[in-house]
Amino acid sequence: MATVIDKARSQSDNRPAVSAAERAKRKGDARGGLYKPREPIYPKLAHGRWRAVKWAVLIATLTIYYVTPWIRWGRPDGFPQQAALVDFTGRRFYFFDIQLWPQEVYIFTGLLIAAALALFLTTALFGRLWCGYACPQTVWTDLYIVVERLFEGDRNARMRLDAAPWSFDKAWRKVGKHVAWLGIAFGTGGAWIFYFHDAPTLIRTFWIGQAPMTAYASCALLTATTYIFAGWMREQVCIYMCPWPRIQGAMLDQHSLQVTYLRDRGEPRGSHKKGQSWDGRGDCIDCHQCVVVCPMGIDIRDGSQLECINCGLCVDACDDILGKLNRPTGLIAYDTDAAVAARAGGGKATYKPIRSRTIYYALALTVVSGLTLWSLIARPKADLHVIRDRNPIYVRMHDGAVRDGYTLKITNRTFADRRFDVTFDGVPGARLSQPALKSAGISVTAPADQVVSLRVFVTAPPDAERPSSVPGRFTVRSGDVHADAATVFLSGAANPQ
Amino acid sequence: MASERKTDEVTGTETTGHEWDGIHELDTPLPRWWLWVWWGTIAFSVVYWLLMPTWPGLTGYTKGLLHKSDRVEVGRELSALEVQRGAGAAQLRTASLEQIEKDPKLQAYAQQVGQSVFGDNCATCHGIGGTGGKGYPNLRDDVWLWGGKLEDIQYTITHGVRTGAPGARASQMPAFGRDEMLQPAQIDDLTEYVVHLSGRPADASAVARAAPLFQDQCAACHGAEGKGDPAFGAPNLTDGESLYGDSRTAIRGQIFAGNGGVMPTWNGRLSPETIKALSVYIHANAGGQ
Repeated sequence: MATVIDKARSQSDNRPAVSAAERAKRKGDARGGLYKPREPIYPKLAHGRWRAVKWAVLIATLTIYYVTPWIRWGRPDGFPQQAALVDFTGRRFYFFDIQLWPQEVYIFTGLLIAAALALFLTTALFGRLWCGYACPQTVWTDLYIVVERLFEGDRNARMRLDAAPWSFDKAWRKVGKHVAWLGIAFGTGGAWIFYFHDAPTLIRTFWIGQAPMTAYASCALLTATTYIFAGWMREQVCIYMCPWPRIQGAMLDQHSLQVTYLRDRGEPRGSHKKGQSWDGRGDCIDCHQCVVVCPMGIDIRDGSQLECINCGLCVDACDDILGKLNRPTGLIAYDTDAAVAARAGGGKATYKPIRSRTIYYALALTVVSGLTLWSLIARPKADLHVIRDRNPIYVRMHDGAVRDGYTLKITNRTFADRRFDVTFDGVPGARLSQPALKSAGISVTAPADQVVSLRVFVTAPPDAERPSSVPGRFTVRSGDVHADAATVFLSGAANPQ
Repeated sequence: MASERKTDEVTGTETTGHEWDGIHELDTPLPRWWLWVWWGTIAFSVVYWLLMPTWPGLTGYTKGLLHKSDRVEVGRELSALEVQRGAGAAQLRTASLEQIEKDPKLQAYAQQVGQSVFGDNCATCHGIGGTGGKGYPNLRDDVWLWGGKLEDIQYTITHGVRTGAPGARASQMPAFGRDEMLQPAQIDDLTEYVVHLSGRPADASAVARAAPLFQDQCAACHGAEGKGDPAFGAPNLTDGESLYGDSRTAIRGQIFAGNGGVMPTWNGRLSPETIKALSVYIHANAGGQ
């Protein structure tokens, strides 16, 4: 899988240098090959367009992640002042002006389906851009490699350091790196918990041991996973743990952009000396720069493969070399299989973003996000749920009148206490009453952002003509905020004898 | 299945030697960290054995260093619950029945307590919906033998009916037939009279014959017009509600044998505040009187 070759070093260094990868491999082989040790990858720092984009995405995503919980948002007293908050104790989700109740989790479902479809569309158009640029695994691994570079230097220095015997220099670099890694990991886990509690309060209670146990546990868990995933496992997460590389095969076709080695232009490859002619040979000088910058440890010249996350660092590395050779850039480029085939056949390579697959994905994405947005906007400020008494279904009074019992659950989603008037329609002559309270007309106060439960009776006069089941409707109204719910009025057989 | 291990040409990996319909299984090595996770789970289970109750023995089980016991924890939670309920119970104790019904919060609390107590103690006879059955009064409608006001209900629950205890509600419908107080023909006439009282068609001559008899024998409790009196627990005979059924056979049987049910005295079994909560629950669900 991984190729760890450093030509420059093996030429300059006569000592039979054995890399950590080689040692590990031998060790694995000696044990009969039952387990495969991770072969270390030492990605070299690339420079160029895609690297710049990756830096920008890294800074943007990390900024969003760390800053969001600290944004304050004005809400009435007694409500959280945090813009983005998952309030488990209060059972609410706040996001700026949006406030969701647990039963509105379907909006998240819509959001997740839309996100999945957006991922499908992006993959069909541009390949695994998510993997290469925006996935947290990629972003944090990138950040960890920055720290690693800071302490241990770039690729060659790191390989030398790993192969070198233990010394004070090696020790402090290694210790420093791991301490910094753990610091970042703790910062990651620490930022996570701010999404679930008031951030300014939690940052104080956290240090004096008064934060909830879940905060400490989540922080510890995310610290551990960040450190292990970004520091130690890196590409193994993508290759062995993540299902997306397997799923993406269904989203890619010959028109999807992928990091591609232009075999037609590059082959036959071979080393090239200054002044030599380029006639009769490919542009690839076999310098392995595309391999050494690869965070996944693969050789892109082998073609598209499961491990490739489409990050484009090899594009930058290759363009860098081609520039020095005064050859046109783009030997490794974001390209499509169709274009490669077209060029091989002497045709003109075109990029075809609009095709049935992308149209379907875009349509589905529009429908799902439209529905989600609509259900979010059209959400009423109040809700009414009616629960009929099931036992008894109805009660016959001494004069033959029939009384049904209902429990009304009135949800007040506004941030102010509201008095709702309750009415019932559908049964001629029916009287609405509240058990025990004999006030005329029924109204109930639902506190701000709460559900109030109200038991009511509907009593219908004796009526032999009335069907045993009559549709009815409850309405609750408080100014311009109102809700209604359908139900039935049951009275059994009109005449029991 | 063969057992010959070969080297796969494409991947260069050795096969396990297993073959199904020409498909060979590659002996691809697991990642090392995967193995570590496996060892980790084994280490975890060993630690778990030490800390938690795990291994069964002949007379007991290993208690573990943490001495964790779900039974003890449930006990602790139950006593915490008692403390938590104490506040509500104290409020119920001091508040009057009217106060409880007028305070929405306290009423909601009383309803909750009442509902669960009703399910545990009353539903056996009165039904979980409180609609009763033959011989067991319906607590949901507006007909009350012993009065449907809050205080009446509280009194009935506290002291019971026909238990013989001091203060208990007591009434006795005479067994006119069994004790040979009336002739069978007179009982037949009275049956027609009761049917007539409930507003149904009846034999007019029998009704005419029974009218003086009713005034003599029944009106003392049931009233001259048969409207009953909750003070004696005498049922209203004109409201179409009959505890023991409204067919002629049922009415005749009741005049003949004079059945009367017993309701337990709950005083001493349920605390006063629980009875209050129960009264509020029954009163509210019956529509209040």
